[in-house]
Amino acid sequence: MFYEKLNKLKEKIIEQGNLVESMIEKSIRGLLNKDRQLLLEVIQVDEPRSNENEIEIDEMCVNLIARFQPEARDLRTVIMILKMNNDLERIGDMAENIADSALFLIERPQVKPLIDLPKMAEETIRMLKDSIDAFIKNDSNLAKNVCERDDIVDAYRDQILRELITYMISDPTTIERAIHIERISRNLERIADLATNIGEDVVYIVEGKVIKHGRYKEAEGGA
Amino acid sequence: MIDIVLRTENLTASYDEHVVVKNVSLSIVRNSITAIMGPSGCGKTTLIRCFNRMHELSPKARVEGKVYLIENSYKREEIDIYSIDPMLVRRKIGMVFQRPNPFPTMTIYENVIAGYILNGIKLKKSEADEIVEETLKKVSLWDEVKDRLNKKGTFLSGGQQQRLCIARALAMKPDIILLDEPTSALDPVATMRIEELIEQLKDTVTIVIVTHNVGQAGRISDYVAFMYLGELIEYGPTDIVFTRPSHEKTEEFLAGKIG
Repeated sequence: MFYEKLNKLKEKIIEQGNLVESMIEKSIRGLLNKDRQLLLEVIQVDEPRSNENEIEIDEMCVNLIARFQPEARDLRTVIMILKMNNDLERIGDMAENIADSALFLIERPQVKPLIDLPKMAEETIRMLKDSIDAFIKNDSNLAKNVCERDDIVDAYRDQILRELITYMISDPTTIERAIHIERISRNLERIADLATNIGEDVVYIVEGKVIKHGRYKEAEGGA
Repeated sequence: MIDIVLRTENLTASYDEHVVVKNVSLSIVRNSITAIMGPSGCGKTTLIRCFNRMHELSPKARVEGKVYLIENSYKREEIDIYSIDPMLVRRKIGMVFQRPNPFPTMTIYENVIAGYILNGIKLKKSEADEIVEETLKKVSLWDEVKDRLNKKGTFLSGGQQQRLCIARALAMKPDIILLDEPTSALDPVATMRIEELIEQLKDTVTIVIVTHNVGQAGRISDYVAFMYLGELIEYGPTDIVFTRPSHEKTEEFLAGKIG
C-alpha cells in the first residue's frame, strides 16, 4: 500500500509543478500578447487551484509518514516533496504577482520593447521544467545543472534593472510602469532561486547529499 | 452511504464479575480492513471473540448488548447473531489465531476443507478439489504445496501454516474474517507476506484484525479502533486517527507513551 500511495503523491507534486510552470508561461504570454483573459485566468483560476493542491499534498505527506514511518530514500523522498510543495506554491504566488503587474502594463504604453524580459522568463521556465524533470527521472546531474544556471537569470535581472534606471532618470513618467517591469523580473529571479531549491532537493533524494548554499561545487569536486 | 457488515450496540463482555469489554458500539465497513489496536489487556481479543460467539465458550463468560451481522443482499437484512445457531455464525464469521494451528491429524487438503468436514457438509470430490485449489491460490500457497496436498499441514513453515489457516477460514466463504494478532509469532518476511495477503483479500471478504503493533495497524488498515481498559476510545479512518486523533489517550498510545 505504501508504494501505491507514494506514487500517487509523486503524481500529485508533478501535477502541481506542471500547473505553476504553466502559470508563469501564461503570465508572460499574457503580457506579450496583451491578453487580459489569460492573465485573469492565472489569478482567478490557477492560483486558487495551486493553493488547494498545496494543502492536499501536505496532508498526503503527513499521512505517509504517520502510517508507514518510511526510512532511508523513501523518507528523503517524502520530506523533500514536503519542501518542494512549499516552494511550488510560492512559485504559484509569484506567477500571480507577474500576472498582476502584467494586467497593469498591458493597459498602458510600453516603456521600451520587451527583449530581455521574455528571454529571462524563458530561461526561468526552463530551469523550473528541468528541476521537475530531474525529480521525475531521479536525475541528479540534471538537478545540479539547474543549480548552476541561477547566475544566468540573476544577470538578466541586473541588466533589466540597469536599463530601467536609465529610462526612469530620463523620463519620470515611466517610473510606475518601470517598477512593474522590475517587479516581474524580481519575481522571475525568485522563481529561479526556488527552482534551484528543487534541484537541491532532488540531489538529496537521489544521492543523500546536501548541496545547499553553494555546496554543489564541493560535491562536484568529490568532497 | 457507507456499507456496514457488522454492528455492535452497547456490547459488554465479562468473565464472571470482571468486565473486559465495556459498552462498545461500533460499525465495521464491508470489504475494508479494520484494525483493533490497544495495549495488552484492553479487551480487543475479547471483543472480536464476541463477534463470532467464541467468548461464550469460556467458563463464566457473559455477553450483554447486541451484535448484528448485515447480509450481503439487496435488502441488507440485519441478523442478531445471538439469535441464531453459533455454528452458523462461525461459518459466516471466521477466525484465525495468533499461533498458526493447522489441525495436526489432517493433511493440507483436509485442513482447507476442515470447516465442511467438521460441520458435516458433504462435498463431491470435484467440488472439494475446486475449493482447495481456488482457496490455496487466493492465499498464494497453491504453487508451494500442490504436489504435497496429502502431507500433514504441520510440516509447513510458520508463515505457510498461517496462510493455510487463513485458507481454512476462507474456504467457508465467510462475510468476515477475524484475525487475532496473526503475525506476532512470525518473522518479518512472513509477516510482510501475510500483510500483503490481507490487503489482497479485502475485495472478497471483510477483515478485522487485532494487533498491538501500531505500525501494522497503520500500514494495512482502512479503519482503526483504539481500545483502552475495555472501552472504545476512538474509531475512524486510519488516515485521520493516525494524523489527528481526537483523544489524548489515542495520541499517547500512538506516541508509545502507553501500552
